[in-house]
Amino acid sequence: MTKRNIVVTALLAGFYLLVQLLAAKRVLLPYDLQILGLICINIMLAVSLNLINGFTGQFSIGHAGFFGIGAYASAYLTVVHDVPFLIALCAGAVFAAVIGIVIGLPALRLQGDYLAIATLGFGEIIRVVILNIPQVGGARGFSGISRATSFGHTYLFMILTVLIIKNFISSYHGRACIAVREDELASETLGINTTFYKVSAFTLGAFFAGLAGGLFSHYMGYINPAANQIGFLKSIDILIMVVLGGLGSITGSIGAAIFLTLIPELLRGLAEYRMIVYPIILILIMLFRPAGLLGGKELSWDALSRFYQRFAGKRQKQRVTGDGSE
Amino acid sequence: MAANELLRISTLSVSFGGLKAISNVDMTVYEGELVGLIGPNGAGKTTLFNALTGLCRPTSGEIVFSGKNLSKKSAHYISRQGITRTFQNIRLFKSLSALDNLRIACHQNMSYTFLGGILKTKNASRQEEEAEKQAWAMLEIMGLSQYAHERSVNLSYGNQRKLEIARALVTKPRLLLLDEPAAGMNPAETQELLHLIRSLRSDFGVTIILIEHDMNLVMNLCERIFVLDYGVLIAEGSVEEIRSNEQVIQAYLGADV
Repeated sequence: MTKRNIVVTALLAGFYLLVQLLAAKRVLLPYDLQILGLICINIMLAVSLNLINGFTGQFSIGHAGFFGIGAYASAYLTVVHDVPFLIALCAGAVFAAVIGIVIGLPALRLQGDYLAIATLGFGEIIRVVILNIPQVGGARGFSGISRATSFGHTYLFMILTVLIIKNFISSYHGRACIAVREDELASETLGINTTFYKVSAFTLGAFFAGLAGGLFSHYMGYINPAANQIGFLKSIDILIMVVLGGLGSITGSIGAAIFLTLIPELLRGLAEYRMIVYPIILILIMLFRPAGLLGGKELSWDALSRFYQRFAGKRQKQRVTGDGSE
Repeated sequence: MAANELLRISTLSVSFGGLKAISNVDMTVYEGELVGLIGPNGAGKTTLFNALTGLCRPTSGEIVFSGKNLSKKSAHYISRQGITRTFQNIRLFKSLSALDNLRIACHQNMSYTFLGGILKTKNASRQEEEAEKQAWAMLEIMGLSQYAHERSVNLSYGNQRKLEIARALVTKPRLLLLDEPAAGMNPAETQELLHLIRSLRSDFGVTIILIEHDMNLVMNLCERIFVLDYGVLIAEGSVEEIRSNEQVIQAYLGADV
């Protein structure tokens, strides 16, 4: 383990202990804790969608469908079949991944707008199918799910998700995905099986969305097949996090997920205007930062120190020229 | 020179709807050769490259590469058999650095699994190091080391062409297809390219087929030349034979050459 890994691990563990401590002292109320958990779940969604949209360049807007599959499948297992929570959680994620393959194989033959429309359609199909299964509550929603997810669960799985996707991206498999985004034809002539990598990224993204879904349904104890839960509106929510943070930037997605989960909570009174504020944010970003706030770059200590050095260097230079003119 | 047959194309045709882009082309290329492919615009030269690299399906005919029939195979499979190419309109991974362009091209030389990459096993790190070394070595050979961290789209035109050739070479091809490598280069750059291509063959032992409109380059570089016109192979032979071929002069070279 390198020094940096130890520091990062210590920071992550420290944050967790701090939250637990504050929760025990009743500084953080259960409500605050719930929001922290939702942030973790949204980070998982945003980072996994970024793998598909940002790194592999396959514009999918049906991500909430996989979230819904994970949420419902795992809840069905724990409620109806008494399966232990963690096993049901993993089973839900695997199920979402399998559906990801089934949908990905035909849909990923399409490109650009067509792919977006197809994934949107598939997402809605998933929602409507769930809506019509009486065993999981149908339109009334699925209630009576045990609240098995703790903040610790969401925090741990969020870290795992980010770590796995980060390592995947820096492997040659991840580079193949990026190559697909950059130029599919050229990738093929270099021996990269582009279909395989598109479907792989899609499946991996669906897996983590399913995982997030399972965590969510067991966090809330209730889930319903509304558009803003597992449908189109939720997909758009996730997409905005990815676009705001920057396509192809993991840290960007994390930052945007935190920001966009907190904003509606901080501006409770304006909650109804969220769907007005979101498009405005999107338009502004498209105008001024088309590649997202971080635009494919990662926020890291290295980048910060480089930025600082450049900034400091400029100031020094200014002082030198200033001296010269005196 | 003409020892082992590397590539044999027999009665190859490619049609797009009613348009026959290539009809009944027969071609044989031997190991270690440097072959030119010339012809007027729209003669089907690039289509032939596309068919060879699996980017478009031949309508009929056969492509046999070192004993293997590649006619109906996918592009990435063909690349793994040892055929790779550059493009007429440069197709680099534009937003990535020169180094990353080459590291991606190391794809075929790597073998660790998804799980290996996620867990960063020893084997995975060793392969990654190896790939990075290969990429740097190739940048060195091409004289592009100083641009390693530059986004490839910011490189000069000539360097972009070089980087694309470098990227193709990293896959360790046995047959390299160059589609108009000198397009848009000035005479000095073209001259440099000529030496580069020659040294590629001797240093990497790669067989090269070259599409080019710069007759000076083709005549100086290639040992044998194939001439396409309206999708039909109208001539093949040595530089001298092509120069004096009546049909080629009419179709392409013009009377003064």
